[in-house]
Amino acid sequence: MANRYDAIVVGAGHNGLTAASYLARSGLKVLVVERNDYIGGAAVSRELHPGWTYSNCSYVCSLLRPEVQRELDLPRHGLQVIPYESGATFMRNGDYFAYYSDHDALRREIARHSKKDVDAYDRYSRFVTRQCRFIKPLLMRTPPDPVRLKPRDIQEMLYLARRFHDLGPREMADTLRFWTMSVGEFLDDFFESDVIKAHIAGSGIIGTGLGVYSPGTAYVLLHHYMGEVDGSIGAWGFTRGGMGGVSAALASAFREAGGEIRTGSAIEKFLVNGGRVTGVVLENGDEITAPTVVSNMDVRRTFLKHVDSDDLSDDFKKAVRRFKIRGSSGKINVALDGAPDFIAAPKNAAFLKGDLHASDSLEELDRAYDDWKAGRWSQEPYFDMLIPTYIDPTMAPPGKHMMTLFVQYAPYELAGGESWDGPNREAFADTVIDKIERHAPGFRDLIVHKEVRTPWDIEREVGLTEGNIFQGELTFDQLLFNRPVPGYADYRSPIKGLYVCGSSSHPGGGVMAAPGANAAREILGDLGRQSGSNSVGRAA
Amino acid sequence: MTVIKPTRTDAKAVARGLIASPFDARLRPFSLYQDWMPWAGYVSPRRYDTVETEYFAIRNQATLFDVSPMHKYRITGPDATQVMNRLVTRDVAKMRDMRVGYSLWCDEDGHVIDDGTVFRFSPTDYRLCCQEPQYSWLHDIAWGFDVTIEDESHGIAGVSLQGPTSFAVLERAGFAGVEAMKPFDMMHADGDTLISRTGFTGDLGYEIWCPAEKAETLFDRLWPAGSDFGLRPIGFDALNMTRIEAGFIAPGVDFQSSHHALRPTRGRTPFELGFGRLVAFDKGHFNGRRALLEAQKRGPRYVLVGLDIEGHKPADGAFIYHRKKKEAGHVTSALWSPTCKRNLAVAELKVPFGTDILSDLWAEIYHHKEGKWERVMARATVAERPFFKHARRGATPPGRY
Repeated sequence: MANRYDAIVVGAGHNGLTAASYLARSGLKVLVVERNDYIGGAAVSRELHPGWTYSNCSYVCSLLRPEVQRELDLPRHGLQVIPYESGATFMRNGDYFAYYSDHDALRREIARHSKKDVDAYDRYSRFVTRQCRFIKPLLMRTPPDPVRLKPRDIQEMLYLARRFHDLGPREMADTLRFWTMSVGEFLDDFFESDVIKAHIAGSGIIGTGLGVYSPGTAYVLLHHYMGEVDGSIGAWGFTRGGMGGVSAALASAFREAGGEIRTGSAIEKFLVNGGRVTGVVLENGDEITAPTVVSNMDVRRTFLKHVDSDDLSDDFKKAVRRFKIRGSSGKINVALDGAPDFIAAPKNAAFLKGDLHASDSLEELDRAYDDWKAGRWSQEPYFDMLIPTYIDPTMAPPGKHMMTLFVQYAPYELAGGESWDGPNREAFADTVIDKIERHAPGFRDLIVHKEVRTPWDIEREVGLTEGNIFQGELTFDQLLFNRPVPGYADYRSPIKGLYVCGSSSHPGGGVMAAPGANAAREILGDLGRQSGSNSVGRAA
Repeated sequence: MTVIKPTRTDAKAVARGLIASPFDARLRPFSLYQDWMPWAGYVSPRRYDTVETEYFAIRNQATLFDVSPMHKYRITGPDATQVMNRLVTRDVAKMRDMRVGYSLWCDEDGHVIDDGTVFRFSPTDYRLCCQEPQYSWLHDIAWGFDVTIEDESHGIAGVSLQGPTSFAVLERAGFAGVEAMKPFDMMHADGDTLISRTGFTGDLGYEIWCPAEKAETLFDRLWPAGSDFGLRPIGFDALNMTRIEAGFIAPGVDFQSSHHALRPTRGRTPFELGFGRLVAFDKGHFNGRRALLEAQKRGPRYVLVGLDIEGHKPADGAFIYHRKKKEAGHVTSALWSPTCKRNLAVAELKVPFGTDILSDLWAEIYHHKEGKWERVMARATVAERPFFKHARRGATPPGRY
């Protein structure tokens, strides 16, 4: 068996597969090694109960860069993203706030809660969309290094400065404020209705060990808005067949380009010789050599667990150690015998097809964060609850449903050093199910099967340190040229030939595939190869 | 001298404006947007809900589109096969009974009048389903032959059930035998209902036909059967998107019916529309045969090509240029395809563009940006049609989603 390749990608997550596809398309002989027996990392679909398929980790799709979808021809490889057009927050008083993408319906709905907030929403929406327009072109570019100042860095700094300047004086001030402020204060600027603020604020804390009034969370909100489905900015959709559909399509594109994937192949460590990577050793002892090795693992796992300590400087290790990648959430997937009956929802309410929540004020969200700080899971958790089977017919038998619950907050370390395994995992699930039961009596009886994933489970099964869904928090101190660590925002590392392509790097997580595509562009540049692609081949 | 003395008769005024389809009472309540359009004198939906919702329902669930306004003609009699073969360019004698065939028909100059579907019940019994009225044209063709031509347009209602779960809906509705139908098969159900595995979406789908007075009964059978399969009614806009993805052409859009064109230069042969394979010269005489033999020898003057255009601005009506300078043709249909994630178009190019010259083509696209028109020259690459292909369209037995 030939164990020599042009490039090895470690981890068959969506970014690893994206990078691998671009490398293979340029003519390189590429191997992807994956620890699990299945591919996908956190973009997986698994049938854990006969007839029901879960999107076990990530569960909705918006940020996946359209350039990547088109260049790798992912639709032909089976990818289909179906947008959903609404959502709702159930309130403790039995009412609800529904979000509709239909502008007129949304205005009517907002007016039910606050007449003032109706046109405030339009101004809010304009502001956020402008911010999206500002940031979008940066996603598929390698950030400059403001210290190194090579010609490319200067050019890129100028590009950033020009775009920033184009915003105009007022918007420049607002932008800087927005990138650093809390989502709570940001929303207080526009809205008076508690439930409307709470509905929107969820996007500011998802996957982040911060509260709605912690500085930096406004940007996290933007991160959830800057995606699109077919040009509809901020829209989210279901991947038909679950999020594993993203990975399956990428794997198909990769294999078509001649790539090879080995599952059940965890790596022991990266082989380094004289400051240069030479390959990897698998846990089973197999050695595979390649002059280029790309890690899809998060930056902490890559450098602190799989590189010999002697091969890295203390400075670098320190920077990696302090990279914030804190566990803050859990995931519950539920197989349901029928549709839950939410007391607030009118019969056949269209908004049930979208994202549902049951935290109706910023205060409630902030208290949920207090629990996290104290090492407890939130007693009144925030959840992002969806029932994809209202739209996707492939995930459960006809008439049955599947529910995906992203739950926040859940700390990685429980107070008193308690274990997540055993009773705590069940109690965590019960907290969430009890809360749903209050809004949908009889919900518990509909449960046929459930999968509960604590931060520990996510770390163990997916490999994400502390179970952090973004491979590192998306706060301003860890963005652009600071992501993952200063001096190495260009997907390279202190070890020659060893690159990172996961969400730890710019522009971050969310099943975007941008880090993977950007990393491939840098690698191909170093190898003096053309990628045969517009976005990946473009000189940044 | 005879005195002309009119007597009062019962002649009623014909309906003015648009008339309702046999499904109207059932479908109209679904309309959230009151967005209607005329179709062959009927009021027809442009959309019920958002176009996006309806489009994705076609590619993900199951959808109902009312096709009752289509013109339908029944051609029966001992000479029916001969008459059909004189009408259309393909050889219907080679079609098996209970099969449907896509066909075009031409005038004496070999220019396409219309396209549509030929339903073959038996060698002596056909139905022609098409966009434009053809009653007198059929009679012209049939002169001297032993056939009866009946206009069934108002008497037969039709609904197109399309999408990945369309078979599951029919199965749940209790239509036994559908599982064995291959694409373009048709079968009778309950005596007077006809199901054909046909449609304009390029996806798994069926069309169901019944007497107009039974339309509501049919709807009431299908609708509850679809509740677990995401069934929803759709309008023209969503259907048209899938039509383009599926590579189908539309009269009045991608070509002009030679019976309507005022400018003789607008006539196009089947070869020029990319349907040379549907011209069967070996079947004996058919309308336009001589002209088409000439046309085949001469080669096409125009070609319809599929284009993949960079960017995401739909290229509706765009001129196509070679080397950004020389006009090569124009776009007839275009869309951003949410399923293919490509900016697609069908364009008519003037030969040698599209035949010998396939590279360095550009689409000149104008788009409106907040009060200002902007122009882009976008690179256009010739792409294979159909743009959308999926194995579930042809799978037999069909999948349930």
